Amino acid sequence: MGFPHPSHERETPVLSRYFGDPDARSLRGWRERGGYAALERALGMDPAEIQTVVKDSGLRGRGGAGFPTGIKWSFMKPDGKQHYLCCNADESEPGTFKDREIMRWTPHALVEGVAIGAHAIYADTAYIYIRGEYAEPIRIMQEAVAEAYAAGILGANAMGSGKRVDIHVHRGAGAYICGEETALMNSLEGRRGNPRIKPPFPAVSGLFGKPTTINNVETLAAIPHILQQGASWYQTLGRETNPRSRGTKLFSVCGNIARPGNYEVAMGFPFGDFLNELCGGALPGREIKAVIPGGSSVPILTRAEAEGAFMDYEGMVDAGTMLGSGGVIVFDDRQDMVRQIARLTRFYAHESCAQCSQCREGTAWTTRILDRIAAGQGNARDFDTLLSIADNMTGKTICVLSDSCATPVVSGLKKFRAEFEAKLGPDHSRGVVPVLLTSNRTVAA
Amino acid sequence: MTYGPSSGQLVRPPEHHYDEPHVPVFTGARREELDTILSRYPTKMAALLPALWMVQDMHGWVSEQAVEEVAQVLELTPAYVKGVLSFYTMYHQHPVGKHFVQVCTTTPCNVCGAEDVVQAFLEHTGCGELGLTSADGRFTVIEVECLGACGFATPVMINNECIESVTPERVARIVAEHE
Amino acid sequence: MSEPREVKMISVTIEGRNTVVPEGTNLIEAAKTVGVLIPHYCYHPGLPVAGVCRMCLVDVEKFPKLTPACATTVMDGQVVHVHTEKAREARKGVLEFLLINHPLDCPVCDQSGECELQDYTFQEGRATSRYEEPKRFNPVEDFGGDVMYVPNRCILCTRCVRFMDNVAEEPVLNVSERGDRAFIGKADGHDLTHAWAGNVVDLCPVGALLSKDFLNKARAWELDRSASVCTGCSQGCNVTVETRDNTVVRLKPRSNTDVNHYYLCEEGRLNYRWINRRDRLDQPLVRVSGALREVDWEAALDAAAAALAGREVTVLASPNASNEALFLAERIFAKHGGRGVFRVTLGGEAPLPGVPDLSLRAERAANGTGARVLGYEDLAEPSQPLSVGADAAVLVLDDLLEGDIPAAVQQLITAGARLVHVGTTLPEAIAERVDVALPITNHTEEEGTFTNLRGRVQRFLQARSGPGLARPSWYVLGDLTQRLGVTNGFYTSAAVFTVLAETHEPYRDLSYARLALRGLPVVDAESRGLTAQPVHA
Repeated sequence: MGFPHPSHERETPVLSRYFGDPDARSLRGWRERGGYAALERALGMDPAEIQTVVKDSGLRGRGGAGFPTGIKWSFMKPDGKQHYLCCNADESEPGTFKDREIMRWTPHALVEGVAIGAHAIYADTAYIYIRGEYAEPIRIMQEAVAEAYAAGILGANAMGSGKRVDIHVHRGAGAYICGEETALMNSLEGRRGNPRIKPPFPAVSGLFGKPTTINNVETLAAIPHILQQGASWYQTLGRETNPRSRGTKLFSVCGNIARPGNYEVAMGFPFGDFLNELCGGALPGREIKAVIPGGSSVPILTRAEAEGAFMDYEGMVDAGTMLGSGGVIVFDDRQDMVRQIARLTRFYAHESCAQCSQCREGTAWTTRILDRIAAGQGNARDFDTLLSIADNMTGKTICVLSDSCATPVVSGLKKFRAEFEAKLGPDHSRGVVPVLLTSNRTVAA
Repeated sequence: MTYGPSSGQLVRPPEHHYDEPHVPVFTGARREELDTILSRYPTKMAALLPALWMVQDMHGWVSEQAVEEVAQVLELTPAYVKGVLSFYTMYHQHPVGKHFVQVCTTTPCNVCGAEDVVQAFLEHTGCGELGLTSADGRFTVIEVECLGACGFATPVMINNECIESVTPERVARIVAEHE
Repeated sequence: MSEPREVKMISVTIEGRNTVVPEGTNLIEAAKTVGVLIPHYCYHPGLPVAGVCRMCLVDVEKFPKLTPACATTVMDGQVVHVHTEKAREARKGVLEFLLINHPLDCPVCDQSGECELQDYTFQEGRATSRYEEPKRFNPVEDFGGDVMYVPNRCILCTRCVRFMDNVAEEPVLNVSERGDRAFIGKADGHDLTHAWAGNVVDLCPVGALLSKDFLNKARAWELDRSASVCTGCSQGCNVTVETRDNTVVRLKPRSNTDVNHYYLCEEGRLNYRWINRRDRLDQPLVRVSGALREVDWEAALDAAAAALAGREVTVLASPNASNEALFLAERIFAKHGGRGVFRVTLGGEAPLPGVPDLSLRAERAANGTGARVLGYEDLAEPSQPLSVGADAAVLVLDDLLEGDIPAAVQQLITAGARLVHVGTTLPEAIAERVDVALPITNHTEEEGTFTNLRGRVQRFLQARSGPGLARPSWYVLGDLTQRLGVTNGFYTSAAVFTVLAETHEPYRDLSYARLALRGLPVVDAESRGLTAQPVHA
């Protein structure tokens, strides 16, 4: 449902059904709503069997990459080694706030999904890594985990199955990059949140060097529903013409839109209807100018492009962008795209982990150029330089933070070039620029 | 040394906090709490982030002496702890005001007018400038990158409390409510 | 020790050249085998792979994206291109990024001339900068020990951090902050005082970590370099002696994976000033009518031979004397009866944990083992008292006799023994008593070999010229022994070593040519108790 707004009839609330219902938060309330039946069943099932169900459901990772969850799980074999499940609740992609609501309103849904996931990958320990800023969701999750332990749902003999399932909540401390799976593992291990070189992949050597699976909150929260209602039920949700994206997806909508909030729709929902009907369209007297459909890291769409798109993995790719994490950022005609793109790259410059040269230096450089253009000091050379930097930042680093910074620059320059050009300073020749930040005199470069 | 960041803000501290003697964090009940945390992980290092949170909850920031203490308790070196500490922006390496105000100004909030909210906070708290602590020691205001509550623009975090949908008009009242 | 496993060999083609390397070799190392240098910064063979500088991106056929050569191990049949347009553009991009905040201060930077940032930029970087924004500025910091940090020049390759973490195993450095605000940091009160910390300066590919000792002393291109061996202890670390205007200004480790890998300790690195001492003995001296007179070499050698001939000679040798000099002196006491003794300074040990069997050793001399192999006795444990009498003579071979004379030798001198001094200096302690003083060159001024504590024989080469009339120790002792009739004289130190090898079983079959610049162990080092303790990997 479009929390904090009433559910729209065209939504398909599965995960979001109890958003806004404080009674669903408690263990009692969750059980009354059918909670933990799926876990009880799962603990009686063979892990390989659960993997098959999830594979058949067509569920794909909801964190952004869209990797089929069942296949990811099937990398984990009963090899007798210690395995770990990490639940990625470091929701930090600007524009995305769906996991926050799942944890705030239905913490037990996540506990249940994590417990099933752990069992399905032959792990007895799972960590839920929640970003540090989510103080309230962290508290709620900790309470839910404690309740589950007290009720015997978790622990050495989970739900009387004889199987051990431990879940620990781990608080991050302010680092966007910890949403990248290998950075998350480093952070959990008490290190700087630096992404690791792959291979080795987490399924071989992950958390504490052990085979590990990392799943997003929304992915894991969907698991109990799939187990209870069956893979074929999940398969019915989605666009008929695209069998590769199934189920429901939570979309967080923010920015210049009449009704911001979380909306859950079946995959393949028409984006135009979504924006105008469900979310109420532009603010009164305004027009939507641009939309970033999948969190800040994906290419920007113009309004026309957005309205013609379909909201699933393939539909967004067809529109020249990506589904990403499902964070929809709407810009209306008041917005200065140069300034907003500069603000986005500043985010990436702030969050770069400092490992790769391209990312560490490129994100900051891009930001400085864009800030200068936004301040009316740009010159025609800057566009070529920006595109060249973006090219040098793409596909060459350990993780994709660098690429994510380049994406809005490239798509912004392509689609809103007129706005950039309008910003150019009156004198396009190379002027006097300060050489040192702290120097008290300036030197002609 | 102190470095001027090229993005984000440097939190500049009131000097007098530095001379305070360090009160150990990991004694008594807090030591037990740490032991419980340690039992959840196969390595001691994994308890570093939780341990730093415990330090900050108690002292309001993480001092050099606290770094030494954490390093000793977790069998790490102070340099290692500092490297990790400085990676995560939520840990304060300098003392801050009693109420640490973080206003999200990343794009989704920025398009909804978050920068006006920042200005309102700077004015009403008397901080005047980002990263500075108000003369009465009550407030420090910074811009923060995405708080993950974009649909509730502008979200503001004051210590561990997240206030949603803050508008410049609401700021005076919020400041007054935080003694 | 574990049994050596059968290593699978992998065939790859790099820049059109085929090579076969052991499984698990990365592309940078594989490329080296065919003479291809893949540009890199963060990779170092002695450190764990970080893969962060992204400089070593290469084009591997069938890989969709460029791949970092350091983090890619060879696969059979792989075809690697280092210099494709795509790879060159990527590296050009990296160089540009590394330079945007890097100051253009090469003219005052110590690294200039041996800087990899300079080299690669010259090789394949942009001719001009497109950067028009202000540069980030951070102040210089003293890291303690001999190390200074210039953050503006730092490219955050993290070699220094990884060295302290994984090799020195004393993590006192870190990467602090993040994004382009990041710098190499340390905790207050925890300096780079580790006994091997100076290696971070060598590891630093740019001028960010500098030696305070070497600061502003010379430009890299003014230096002359010679392969040598450190005389700081019995480990025998391979070094390069670097001189400017005939003055030693710096010692750098020379890589030898059988001894010191890529490293040198602080004690060895910084203890070089004595080499340049100016109060050297530079003229042959002979006592005539109670006073020392400067004479020519022929007269001096004749006088020395006369003083020693027919007497029982006790040789007091420096454990820093070369095998060649020790061997020739040994000829004298071996043939005419007498003893060879030496004494050695002891100090604390300081191992480098990340490298097996590498340590600053207690014995603070390069060739104590060489002396023992040749039959010299350590004065700290003499087996029998030295002979005393009117027909005794003492030959001092460069024992510096600083402040004291060993009691046993003093006894000899007091009893009226003849005293011949062959040394780099004329110690005050015996200046009044010495009959003949023959000036020799020190180990940076001559050629020779040392035998380290594991029995490894290693050559050192001449790095500078000696003072005045001083001659190489092997040359002086060669002439002296010829006059005494115990050798036939020599024209080269290599010839001395050849005879040494012929006459002393441990050195059998060894020669300068075979030793080359990495050395070889003596025969049956194991049974001589000279092998390393087994190392469990």
